[in-house]
Amino acid sequence: MAEQSNEVVLNIQNLDISYYTRAGEIPAVVDFSLEVKRGETIGLVGESGCGKSTVAMAIMQYMGHNGAVKSGTIEFKGRDLTKLSEEELRQIRGKEISMIYQEPFSALNPSMRIDQQLMEVPLAHEQIDVKEAHERARQILTDVNIPDPDRVLASYPHQLSGGQQQRVVIAMGLLSNPDLLLLDEPTTALDVTVEAGIVKLIANISKKFGTSQIYISHNLGLILETCDRVFVMYSGEVVEEGRIKPLFKSPRHPYTHGLFGCIALPTADKTAAPLTPIRGQLPLPHERPKGCNFAPRCDHFAAGVCDQDDIHMEDVADDVDGKHRVRCLRWTEIEQIRAEADQSKEAAGIGHEVLKVIDMQKYYSMHDRSLKAVMSGTSVKLVKANEKIDFEAHESETLAIVGESGCGKSTLAKVLLGLETATGGEIFLNGEAIHDVSVQSRSNSQLASMQMVFQNPSDTLNPSHTVGQQIGRAITKFGVEHNRHKVRDMVMSLLDIVKLPRDFYYRRPRQLSGGQKQRIGIARAFAGQPSMIIADEPVSALDVSVAAAITELLMDLQRERKMTLLFISHDLSIVRYLSDRILVMYLGQVMEQGLTREVFQPPYHPYTEALLSAVPIADPEVSKREIVLEGNLPSVLNPPKGCPFETRCPRKVGKICEEDRPPVQSDSENHHIACHIPLDELRQVEPVIEVPDAAVA
Amino acid sequence: MAILITKRLLMMLLTMFAVSLILFLLLEIDVDTIAIKVLGQFSTEEQRYLWLERNGYYEPVYKRYIIWLGNFITGDFGTSTIYKIPVAEVLWPRLWNTTILAFWVFVFLVPVSLVLGILSGMREGSKLDRTISVVSILTTSVPEFASTVFFSGLFVFSLQWLPGTSSMFEGFDWKQLVLPVLVLLVYDFGYVTRMTRASMAEVMTTHYVRTAVLKGLPYKRVILKHALRNALIAPFTVLMLQINWLLSGVIVVEFFYAYKGFGALLLEAALRQDIYMIEACTMVAVFVVVMTQVFSDIAYTLLNPRIRFS
Repeated sequence: MAEQSNEVVLNIQNLDISYYTRAGEIPAVVDFSLEVKRGETIGLVGESGCGKSTVAMAIMQYMGHNGAVKSGTIEFKGRDLTKLSEEELRQIRGKEISMIYQEPFSALNPSMRIDQQLMEVPLAHEQIDVKEAHERARQILTDVNIPDPDRVLASYPHQLSGGQQQRVVIAMGLLSNPDLLLLDEPTTALDVTVEAGIVKLIANISKKFGTSQIYISHNLGLILETCDRVFVMYSGEVVEEGRIKPLFKSPRHPYTHGLFGCIALPTADKTAAPLTPIRGQLPLPHERPKGCNFAPRCDHFAAGVCDQDDIHMEDVADDVDGKHRVRCLRWTEIEQIRAEADQSKEAAGIGHEVLKVIDMQKYYSMHDRSLKAVMSGTSVKLVKANEKIDFEAHESETLAIVGESGCGKSTLAKVLLGLETATGGEIFLNGEAIHDVSVQSRSNSQLASMQMVFQNPSDTLNPSHTVGQQIGRAITKFGVEHNRHKVRDMVMSLLDIVKLPRDFYYRRPRQLSGGQKQRIGIARAFAGQPSMIIADEPVSALDVSVAAAITELLMDLQRERKMTLLFISHDLSIVRYLSDRILVMYLGQVMEQGLTREVFQPPYHPYTEALLSAVPIADPEVSKREIVLEGNLPSVLNPPKGCPFETRCPRKVGKICEEDRPPVQSDSENHHIACHIPLDELRQVEPVIEVPDAAVA
Repeated sequence: MAILITKRLLMMLLTMFAVSLILFLLLEIDVDTIAIKVLGQFSTEEQRYLWLERNGYYEPVYKRYIIWLGNFITGDFGTSTIYKIPVAEVLWPRLWNTTILAFWVFVFLVPVSLVLGILSGMREGSKLDRTISVVSILTTSVPEFASTVFFSGLFVFSLQWLPGTSSMFEGFDWKQLVLPVLVLLVYDFGYVTRMTRASMAEVMTTHYVRTAVLKGLPYKRVILKHALRNALIAPFTVLMLQINWLLSGVIVVEFFYAYKGFGALLLEAALRQDIYMIEACTMVAVFVVVMTQVFSDIAYTLLNPRIRFS
């Protein structure tokens, strides 16, 4: 959020973008207007398919052969980009407007070295020699806080970590000091603590260079942290725009409201204030309703008003805070109607112990076949994916396992399910030892009692079988029922449970949306009436409103069926919302565990503290302490000898952290922290997230 | 890298060894058949017995195999029953002729098919792409025996520009080489073009090509620097396989034009049961196949840094 002047860098007026396919014209973006001033950061927020990336590609004038600007203008520094020739566009691209992409790995050419990829930008746009270009590339890498620019310059993309790749992509965008930077979900593919570093970097850049930015994201929390103004898009249209704070404090459009109801703010609670998903689904671009696109999903829909003509933006306020506009005819009336209904749900009582894990270890051996390793006798390395894991889970309890990629949380799930057997330690499920029973030798009842919901529902359903066959197969395989008619009835009731229409029985996965597929995945997992469900990032691949619905479904099922839920996630806000206890893992070890309330309050493990600080929170009332971790996750092949977190820890005590394993200290019966810092000292730390009292009440 | 090459070469030796063993077991285990093949079906039992005795065929099998292998390694392939001279004296000149043929096919095949493939993959669905695709599918779908007849009819009988046979009795004559090269080229370039096109089209849709365009690089640089190298990985393998095809798959063309090449020799040997010739030809063909694989594996790592530094 830099100093702004009144110079308008980009001015988009009444832009309509369509894709022309065999089926006819499909409008992707309708009536889009946007002004970006110098140094300003604009957020574009919305769910997938709302047209936010299409806008970015239109600004770049790179829409593929079937996309085109139908009407409207995109003026960049006084020139209409839609009317420029290829050569004129080329001179603007990369020099005056540049773009940062969602997946840094695929945005970089795998067979070119980083230095070549960086140097070609100034070489293509300016009259400079190779030596100067190299110097510039080196300088820009230093500017984006890459510690050893020379090594990175000489590397190929696959030799860098995800965070470093994204820094390189950002550096590439900044090389020519552009006036406008387009960021398309720049941190979505990264770990939370890495994301925090990148977000801070982007904010600093805008301050330092006075670059205007358009920041595209589905994450409202990130938008709040980075942007000055925000545009909320739904189904190809902007439904609400305004300055960040007023809009986040009092959103006017029912869709914006709905979005806030879907995200797990610190004020949300699974019993007292549950998430309120938006019902229905995003209409397909060629099936948009007449009038308001949101009408079929809106609680305030009024027949005869909302389904008539196209709706235009109306001013809510135009004051010192800037414009606040909304595309809703009834926003003044809605304000009065909306009284907070009491939606609280009954809390489930936590029951007996279902799962007990004692000192579980899982090691893999890695074979290094290079000549050097063979000669020095180090060709076999042990990867300690899980080290001394110790916990238990109870009936009706949600236990969350939190950590970043490579922390061993998925290995833990595999061992529990029997896809791998433990190297050491013991695991008991309902009193039966399962640590050395692989999935093939488990009994039907053991298999049925522990099931998994996967991260990516599209990959876990067989595309050539109908939904009914897939769920039915699980029922017969678990030996629950063999009679064909009874199996069918059971599938139907499972479809009811996951709130899908019964005629989905005959559908195939490709006919379903992501959220529906995930519901099928849940129905399949419930086929054997499990006592425990392992959910591995079940909502992280889904859109905000869909994720909320799936989360609520899992919570409702837990209440009804008293199952244990092992929820694996990297997202602390969702974890805070739904879990009773939390296990924080780092490099295969448990750093901290305790009741949710305890983990979110001091004393913290320094890693938990950093994780908490890294979570973007979409509530302007909540204040947060900033802790940005330096460096990357160490390789699991070569973990630190002492405390695994020692290399990045901001509170490192000294040599003891490097050499000795940290002792487990107990703050209460449930709350344990593995750290060298004495508990008393950890208790002195201020809370990372401060929620003002008014917001809680 | 050194390890990779050593590993590949060892694998190659192992493959050759396995093939030689199979070959030996298939052709040399039944000694009576060998005697019939060598001495002819009208030889007497006694003649065969004496010949087998003299040539050590009654030694134990493993000993025979070792001697046989040793002879092979030192280049002694035995005597051809058709030509009555050592196999090597026939084989090497024939292989050399085929090499000349294959070389000239390659000289035209590589640039033509790569350029056409890249041009058509660059802008998928454009007019140029469709034209190239139609032409390459058409030419590839005409079999060699049909195109030999067609080209001979056109260039030999109607226009009378070129000779109809390529046996080169009076020394090397480039005119006699034109038709075989042309037929092979026309048959093969479409296939390689299509492969290159598919690879190029895929690369053009990748995000890093988008990045390159949106960096504001000139289009030429986007193609040459960013797309090309990644797009060439797949066609490279295909081209390597074409070498094998040119060695032993050109029987039709060599036979039709009476070109004294390796393919024609192989056919002749097979038809007339020239057992030592067959053995030698097989081993040479296997050697070439394995060698091209080693070569393409090594070149692959040079083209793709992800393999090189893994």
